[in-house]
Amino acid sequence: MDQSRVIKAYRWMLLARTLDERLAQLYRAGQIFGGVFLGKGQEALSVSIGMSLQRHDVFAPLIRDGAGRLAFGETPLDALRTCLGSPLGPMRARDGNVHRGKPKEGYLPMISHLGASISVVNGALMAKRMKGEKHFVGAASIGDGATSTGAFHEALNQAAIERLPLVLVVANNQFAYSTPVASQFACQNLGDRAIGYGVRAHTLDGTDLKSCLEGMREASDLARDGDGPQLVIADLLRLCGHGEHDDAHYVSDSLKASVLGTDCMQLAEQWLREAYAIKSEEFNLWKEEALKEINEGIEQVQGEGSPDPYHHPWKSLFTRELCEHV
Amino acid sequence: MSVTYLEAIREAQAYLLEHDSRVYIYGQDVGAFGGAFKATKNLAQRFPERVIDAPISEDAMIGSAVGAAIEGMRPIIEIQFADFSTVGFNQVVNQAATLFWRTETPCPITLRLPSGGTSGGGPFHSQCLESIYAHFPGLVVCTPATVEDAYSMLIESVTLDDPVIFCEHKYLYFHLKAPNLPKDALPIGKARIARAGRDCTIVTYSAMLHECLEAAEELSGEGIELEVVDLRTVKPMDTDTIIASVARTGRLLCAAEGWPWGGVNAEVISRVVAEGFNLLDAPPQRINAKDTPIPYHPKLWSVHRPAAASIIAAARNLLRS
Repeated sequence: MDQSRVIKAYRWMLLARTLDERLAQLYRAGQIFGGVFLGKGQEALSVSIGMSLQRHDVFAPLIRDGAGRLAFGETPLDALRTCLGSPLGPMRARDGNVHRGKPKEGYLPMISHLGASISVVNGALMAKRMKGEKHFVGAASIGDGATSTGAFHEALNQAAIERLPLVLVVANNQFAYSTPVASQFACQNLGDRAIGYGVRAHTLDGTDLKSCLEGMREASDLARDGDGPQLVIADLLRLCGHGEHDDAHYVSDSLKASVLGTDCMQLAEQWLREAYAIKSEEFNLWKEEALKEINEGIEQVQGEGSPDPYHHPWKSLFTRELCEHV
Repeated sequence: MSVTYLEAIREAQAYLLEHDSRVYIYGQDVGAFGGAFKATKNLAQRFPERVIDAPISEDAMIGSAVGAAIEGMRPIIEIQFADFSTVGFNQVVNQAATLFWRTETPCPITLRLPSGGTSGGGPFHSQCLESIYAHFPGLVVCTPATVEDAYSMLIESVTLDDPVIFCEHKYLYFHLKAPNLPKDALPIGKARIARAGRDCTIVTYSAMLHECLEAAEELSGEGIELEVVDLRTVKPMDTDTIIASVARTGRLLCAAEGWPWGGVNAEVISRVVAEGFNLLDAPPQRINAKDTPIPYHPKLWSVHRPAAASIIAAARNLLRS
């Protein structure tokens, strides 16, 4: 694989991990409103989703997609603005943490209802087809928990019927909050579901950047070339709580020590050292640069002030004259 | 030559498909079959790429409409019966209704909800859900009562850059006729005085308008003149027109086919009491469907929902107080 692509992937993973670690620190320091939700352990998969997409594609990331968001074009500054409640962020302090996006740029902001973004991606893809656009794909991220929803079923079935270029990526991270996969589904492998929908399945090692980059590229290429929806299942372990309020005591030591518990960052670093002869000095430099970028971003965003509730346009409709005044 | 309420809806969609390439219709059986009520009859033949059959997946249908709207399209989603929209409720109230507030991205989708009771419809093919959608910020809720409004408000709904819940009443589909389609119309958000009167204001909308007008005709024979306000749009609600009417009559009766608790009637009364309490000569009253699921048998159904006879009784009571 091309070295520059692997390095790019690793550096986005690193930036996302650094951003997460700093957000966790700010959360513990009481400087964040609401929750903080990390993507620890999912960076390899997430960055591979982002890198499989192009500018005119559609991406509906989920809770643990910090790396994928960066790879799709989000700036750390916009991520921080949303997480710290800056009025200058894309969500203008109206929504926070992982609920961020720029719909007009194909970057969809998630709602909390799992599986609900998939059909929104479908609609964007139907629209692109009606407008005569070509060679586009849409990726939607979900976890194992969302595969239990009706929204998942309806949307995957819809995409299959319409033969949409949807890449539906399941981070099978073993837990939905505290619920283990054994209480989430009873099939042997989530990928087995693909045949029931009439779509193609891909199974990836979600801890391995190489597997993720290759698998996601293959899936998005197939979708782009007219093969219809692709269901990607990536096995991994969430290396953090559901959010920073959750100590994840329910994750057993044996699971953490298993292959699934491998930290994708460490594995990617090892790959870069062995296959591309990247030295410790370079890793250290990249880590310093990532930390510097995030710290400068935090400093800037903390100086951007907070929203003024008394001069806020409290309008929920585009058509202002139809807004209620009760 | 005359046009029915249903034909007006079909003609409005034909007009929109013809004049705006961003418009498409997506719903169950809407394609070659022409829809469960034939509201899209022959449209798939004329616009094969833009009249699309959907699987029985209200959540995915509505979710996809949001995605298409983000991409600049103007989807019309036909929900086969308003009752079934609850399956896609999440996409309406959390996805469509919040999009503009959260992101400043408009969400121009129109959900057509064939609403309300017809004889024999029963609990799951008869519901009026306008109140529950009106509860959520970020939605416009239309309830046309006339052929003219069915046509002009549907066209305006699709033209708006906001999500619209378009509650079209099934009872009116075939019975209600007008000589022709309208040339001009009141805008969405404006109520209409459907009948002028001096003794009591009745605020109503959708199919109940016609029950109220029938009641008003009958009471007129006794020298009682009801003023009937057709809300047209339940959200936003044209409070000014309501208050102005109550200022003329001093009495308020609200008539709606939906259930009473937290409904449109309750909202109208709340506003009139809050903003026009001193205009009232008597406590305002409301008449709704009974607080039970909607019955199947026509005899039960005829008493379950308000009708001219029960509206007359309610108006008489109010005028005595």
